Amino acid sequence: MIEFRNASKIFKSEDRTIEALKNINLTIEKGDIFGVIGFSGAGKSTLIRMVNLLEKPTSGQVLVDGQDLSKLSEKELRQAKKNIGMIFQHFNLLRSKTVFDNVAMPLKLSKTPKSVIEERVHELLHFVGLSDKANSYPDQLSGGQKQRVGIARALATNPSILLCDEPTSALDPQTTTSILQLLKRVNQEYNVTILMITHEMEVIKQICNRVAVMQNGEIIEEGTILDIFSKPKTETARNFVRSVLRDEIPQSIFHILQANDKFSKIYNIEFIGESSGKPILSQVAKSFAVDVNILFGSINELQGVPFGNLIVELQGEEAEIARAYDFIVQQNVLVNEVIRNGG
Amino acid sequence: MEVSLDLILQACWETLYMVSISLVFGSLIGLPLGILLVVTRKGHILENAFVFSILNPIVNILRSIPFIILLVAIIPFTRFIVGTAIGTTAAIVPLVLHIGPYMSRLIENSLLEVDKGIIESAQAMGATPLQIIFCFLLPEALPSIVLSITTATIGLIGATAMAGAIGGGGLGDLAITYGYQRFSTITIVVTVVILVLLVQGIQSLGNLIERKIRRM
Repeated sequence: MIEFRNASKIFKSEDRTIEALKNINLTIEKGDIFGVIGFSGAGKSTLIRMVNLLEKPTSGQVLVDGQDLSKLSEKELRQAKKNIGMIFQHFNLLRSKTVFDNVAMPLKLSKTPKSVIEERVHELLHFVGLSDKANSYPDQLSGGQKQRVGIARALATNPSILLCDEPTSALDPQTTTSILQLLKRVNQEYNVTILMITHEMEVIKQICNRVAVMQNGEIIEEGTILDIFSKPKTETARNFVRSVLRDEIPQSIFHILQANDKFSKIYNIEFIGESSGKPILSQVAKSFAVDVNILFGSINELQGVPFGNLIVELQGEEAEIARAYDFIVQQNVLVNEVIRNGG
Repeated sequence: MEVSLDLILQACWETLYMVSISLVFGSLIGLPLGILLVVTRKGHILENAFVFSILNPIVNILRSIPFIILLVAIIPFTRFIVGTAIGTTAAIVPLVLHIGPYMSRLIENSLLEVDKGIIESAQAMGATPLQIIFCFLLPEALPSIVLSITTATIGLIGATAMAGAIGGGGLGDLAITYGYQRFSTITIVVTVVILVLLVQGIQSLGNLIERKIRRM
């Protein structure tokens, strides 16, 4: 468990001070895959670096499993860091060492017996699917393979927490997905709590169960991934959600609609969970004298819960459309009118 | 008196002797000094304004004295260290004092080339400052350090030419006393050819080792 309590960070340089983090209060529960999203400069990197004290909070506390690391001696801190693994955007592997030696490094630093290192490293390389690359050097690996080595290295000392600093930002979408799947396995098979920072909502969508949105050094929104995706409260969160889930009619369709002079109304219907399974639109078409025209739709799965939206055009008499609308509202879905045409 | 093969061979030997011994002692000074210049600077793993603000100017001062002046300026010190102020061995003292600080700057540059992310990952693993230096910084900078030492070695060969001023001997001395002062063109040509070959050889060797380490 990681707790931020009124944690602030101020960077002072000669001519100015920058408030990188302002009064952060955040709790990451054991077992979470917690995502922190924000644009660059929002303070995400500082936030994640406070957990293993690469950055010291100017005020406030960061507790890891109830322990304030800044109160520890150098020696105790080094010990505590073995419980916190970290992976990086640019992998930060040693070019001069083989994959095996890179993964073995954290164990060598803590003077682990050679035979134990041997066994552990091979187990980890097997876990990340790189058993055949033990004697390769990082230069000979692809980006995705390098991040796998980074993950194996971070897990070497059996940490209970894994910090991920933009782990997929240097990777292509396909590799990103495979690395995220691996992180999910790390979370499930090794019971590792994951704190990840990213600027890509797609990454959050794929594996996180909770998410916090950061802006200008503050957490402006926090909740389960379903909360944030279905009911984003702030403009920034809405923009991030929009980057993965479209909820606007594509321009081309909009133009076709404008050319049509029949009376119609256009609604955006959002489904979450079981409502996704209901045949609402077919019931509308059968029960009311309206034509249903589906303009746009998407369906996603978030944490195993189906979630999506449909943009539909209802054509017909105004009164009949109003009755159909009332019916849809009663079906436990979110409906809002987008535009009205003709009439 | 014409130059003889014996004289040339002896000069070669003197040059190699001065270069190799100075290189060893110069490295013993330059390497730790270069490391200290890196790790004690602001924001680094052993930030120490006091140590840095003493070492940095010392290195600058030593580096700004022309070698020919250093050679004679430290004669009392040389006498104190090796018991004499003239001869090949005596030349080694100023050579070390000349190349040590030079090398520390080269090593400093090599170490600064190492990606900051490497240090960050080491700190995240809970490495001690010494572990960061020996398990991360030095191995990562090794190819570059090899090139730095190569450059320093070639710099040393140049400096030994001036060692003649205190009777140090060597190829440079031979070229001046026989070639220049006694108008022996052949001596100049021969020594220059030998020096060119020596420098080429050392540079090629340095490049070869560097490439081996970088596995290219």
